[in-house]
Amino acid sequence: MSSVPMAHGLLLAGVLFGLGLVGVVARRNIVFMLLSIEVMLNAAGLAFVVAGSRWGQADGQAMFLLILAMAAAEVSVGLALLIQLHRRFKTVDVDAASNLQG
Amino acid sequence: MSATFYLLAAVAVIATVLVITHTNAVHALLYLIVSLLAVALIFFTLGAPFVAALELIIYAGAIMVLFIFVMMLLNLGQAATQQERRWLDPRLWVGPAILTIVLLAELAVTLSNTNRLAGGSVVGPKQVGILMFGPYLLGVELASILLLAGLVGAYHLARRDTRRERGEKPA
Repeated sequence: MSSVPMAHGLLLAGVLFGLGLVGVVARRNIVFMLLSIEVMLNAAGLAFVVAGSRWGQADGQAMFLLILAMAAAEVSVGLALLIQLHRRFKTVDVDAASNLQG
Repeated sequence: MSATFYLLAAVAVIATVLVITHTNAVHALLYLIVSLLAVALIFFTLGAPFVAALELIIYAGAIMVLFIFVMMLLNLGQAATQQERRWLDPRLWVGPAILTIVLLAELAVTLSNTNRLAGGSVVGPKQVGILMFGPYLLGVELASILLLAGLVGAYHLARRDTRRERGEKPA
């Protein structure tokens, strides 16, 4: 890693993760919730790469690849749920699917 | 090279804030792509070029195209030509374009003095590959099973329920 301290890289990852978390909690549109989840996964991968680069090891990048595979699987299932939600309720508002709320 | 990092970090944070505050899904998607580009450049400046390339190809390429594809799928009922005209509105692309120009300038600066940037700790694809197919082999196999499960799950969830559409009781 060049002259950037690791704490700043991790701070950036934390800020991005927090923004994604705010997006998931604040938005009720399922498209934006999925986008926010992508932001959070990306921030977690950034933390791994920053730490791996701090020690000059490839482990961080290997973990990022696994996170990438997980994000791809997650987004495919999430988008299938989005299509199903839109088909059943004619909306992209997740609060429409509240049958389990009781 | 720390100024590069902080500028990239600022671009990433601004783009992400705009992602979660925008009301138009396509606008938010454009800003998310900018955010991913910024993070990819951060990976590059951190000495991880392989992961930077994968971030561009898989995240900004494949996954975002999947998002756009689904959004197009859901918008089929509306008047298409009016929508096309709306998408050509400069307000849609000026913000992402400015942020992307900042990234392009940074890329040019970064590439013009690569040897100064890396600090001698570039971890290339070869080391990552040795690690992935050595100690992390089990993780790679599990990731392939996870992707298969995602494939099956997406197919099952997005399938049309013909019984329900014919008005019969679902089994």
